[in-house]
Amino acid sequence: MFAAFLIKYAEIGVKGKNRHLFEDALMHQIKYALKKCEGKFLIHKSQGRIYVDCQGEFDYDETVDCLKKVFGISGICPVVYVEDEGFEKLCDTVVRYVDDVYSDKNRTFKVHARRARKDYPKESMEINADLGEAILNAYPEMSVDVHEPDILLCVEIREKIYLYSETIPGPGGMPVGTGGKAMLLLSGGIDSPVAGYMIAKRGVKIDAVYFHAPPYTSERAKQKVVDLARIVSAYAGPIWLHVINFTDIQLYIHEKCPHEELTIIMRRYMMRIAEHIAGETGCLGLITGESIGQVASQTLNSLVATNEVCELPVYRPLIGFDKQEIVEAAQKIGTFETSILPYEDCCTIFVAKHPVIKPNLNIIRRHEHNLDEGIEDLVKTALERKELIVVEIE
Amino acid sequence: MEVYLDNSATTRVFPEVAELMVKIMCEDYGNPSSLHLKGVQAEQYLRQAKGSFARLLKVNEKEIFFTSGGTESDNMALTGCAFANRRRGNHLITTMIEHPAVLNTMRYLESVGYRVTYLPVDVCGRIALEDLQRAMTPDTILVSVMHTNNEIGALQPIAEAGALIKRINPNTLFHVDAVQGFGKAKIHPKKMGIDLLSASAHKIHGPKGVGLLYIGEKVKIQPIIYGGGQQMNLRSGTDNVPGIAGFTKAAELLYEHYEDDVKRLYQCKHYFMDGLRKLDGVKLNGLLPDRPDGGGTAPHIVSASISGVRSEVLLHALEEDGIYVSAGSACAARKPQPSVTLKAIGIEKPLLESTIRFSFSVYTTAEELDYTLRTMYGKIPMLRKYTRR
Repeated sequence: MFAAFLIKYAEIGVKGKNRHLFEDALMHQIKYALKKCEGKFLIHKSQGRIYVDCQGEFDYDETVDCLKKVFGISGICPVVYVEDEGFEKLCDTVVRYVDDVYSDKNRTFKVHARRARKDYPKESMEINADLGEAILNAYPEMSVDVHEPDILLCVEIREKIYLYSETIPGPGGMPVGTGGKAMLLLSGGIDSPVAGYMIAKRGVKIDAVYFHAPPYTSERAKQKVVDLARIVSAYAGPIWLHVINFTDIQLYIHEKCPHEELTIIMRRYMMRIAEHIAGETGCLGLITGESIGQVASQTLNSLVATNEVCELPVYRPLIGFDKQEIVEAAQKIGTFETSILPYEDCCTIFVAKHPVIKPNLNIIRRHEHNLDEGIEDLVKTALERKELIVVEIE
Repeated sequence: MEVYLDNSATTRVFPEVAELMVKIMCEDYGNPSSLHLKGVQAEQYLRQAKGSFARLLKVNEKEIFFTSGGTESDNMALTGCAFANRRRGNHLITTMIEHPAVLNTMRYLESVGYRVTYLPVDVCGRIALEDLQRAMTPDTILVSVMHTNNEIGALQPIAEAGALIKRINPNTLFHVDAVQGFGKAKIHPKKMGIDLLSASAHKIHGPKGVGLLYIGEKVKIQPIIYGGGQQMNLRSGTDNVPGIAGFTKAAELLYEHYEDDVKRLYQCKHYFMDGLRKLDGVKLNGLLPDRPDGGGTAPHIVSASISGVRSEVLLHALEEDGIYVSAGSACAARKPQPSVTLKAIGIEKPLLESTIRFSFSVYTTAEELDYTLRTMYGKIPMLRKYTRR
């Protein structure tokens, strides 16, 4: 029955002269999201609206699921195209449409007609009244409510006539690609994929860096991170995942610095490395999944310590979230199941029984001097041996 | 250099087996249930297979059934017999160190009203016949004991257990999970009081997805899979002809040089254990107290606890140099909980997470073992240096 989707967008609507940039980005993202979806789709802009025309056979549910992952969409309206074969015929079609979509007729409705084609023989108000009458005649249980109708039946008179009444909520946000690019520190945990999702939702393209520590972390742990990146990429577009072999740096810190400070110092080096790659790939910020007080390295004191090593802003979209809220978000996005697979990541392998929770910056800096002799070379080597995996939806 | 020492998880398929299977899949692909010639040709492979296994096990052809693998064989033996013999009793006996295919089937049977006794094992992983004798009741319909333990290579006193069970109650069925033992030992069910025996192809250089269940002709059993009535209505489903033929070929090849191979595996085991003993803080698991050479245990399995090194880390460290081993057993490695077998033989907590299994095959060479030992000598001191504190 449905042959197209009308895409409603929220915040783009208020943009000024650069609005077309946002619309083009949105169309680009819709195209990407539908790439692996069964069916052929034509995405086009017409009179300030974006339509997805489904050409031939397509899977309705799969298409809607894909569209629900495109940031910038506030609503998805399934549209029926009707050939203009006179008003009588239109009445019949509309009556049938109401029956197909709403089995329970005990509802209020309002017809909202718009004429894009002004040579149509009836005016909008007339169309509203006449179609309303036809529906009332067919289904006496239904009634008209022009202020708060249960069903707002939109009828647009164009080359063809477009019928739609349902709006499936989209994810909101801004089209990815309109907000620059940022570097996500992606571990195998629950938080970082959610953090990436949230920043991508504001239109930001995502690069990611993963710190791999063989033999302490396994190939499967790395695969898990690739899988997480792939789930996020269904929303955020293709993700460049940079894999850094962190083992030697980690062991060197383990050898030279107090054990309670290992995690903090390690994270300082992760931030430095992430910022370095960010500089090379044009990222304008770092993203982490930190939330205040969740673990020792995420207290305000610890965040001061990890924050001071980089100049780029660090975005922490989960900073005020409880764990349960993050879990719920992860479940909604679809990363949770993968995140809880039991492979160790490099943050946990050497973690001290009692890590510092209020690190003193001066002491940390002093202990970092113990590393002066060899750390530069290790970081340089790690960056040289960086592996790049481009991850996109399958 | 690639050194595969995880042959208890699965083995490399013999080239002759792969060749035969390709031929069957591409040329003799008929369905043995079809009436035409193509079906008849395919059926020939099944006949040969049954004949071949019947000879190896010294049983009748009609007592051989093919399944999708060891797990299905175990499920069918336990569930099929428990249900078919419900009138005779509701008690089952097994050991604490069975493969999950048996343990979890037993758990399921408990959930539908059967009573199960789990026999303990000694430090070498063996059950005591006195325990078995004590556990037997007039209600006992089936006893299931594994032939060779998959994690530490303990061998159970199967023939003695079989004789004991039959002496107490000839009607009590005896099932043996021989997935690890088949191909490494001569197993003759009829001489050992065994009524049901499970084996799997991929542990003996055959393909994955095929196994067998020997069912003695007097055993009362019901199917667990229903369908087109293949295999005398006991195990429906189109016969996996290439798999079954490959399994047969692998078993034939293996039993050709069986004695020499087992002797060589014991030599490997002995040699490798001596090499491991040169490392500090290594405990070899499952050895008989009077047989430090590994005699009386499986020829192909060495279980070692290496203090101060987490097994998963050592596993990945060896993997970096192309050496593949197992932390515990492959089936348990996906779950973070420590192995039931290792706990049952009384290994203390810190060593539970430091236990590695090496398992050999006919492809294992002395050179590979030397390389593995050298790699371990080099890496273990480094791994011990960096640990959680």
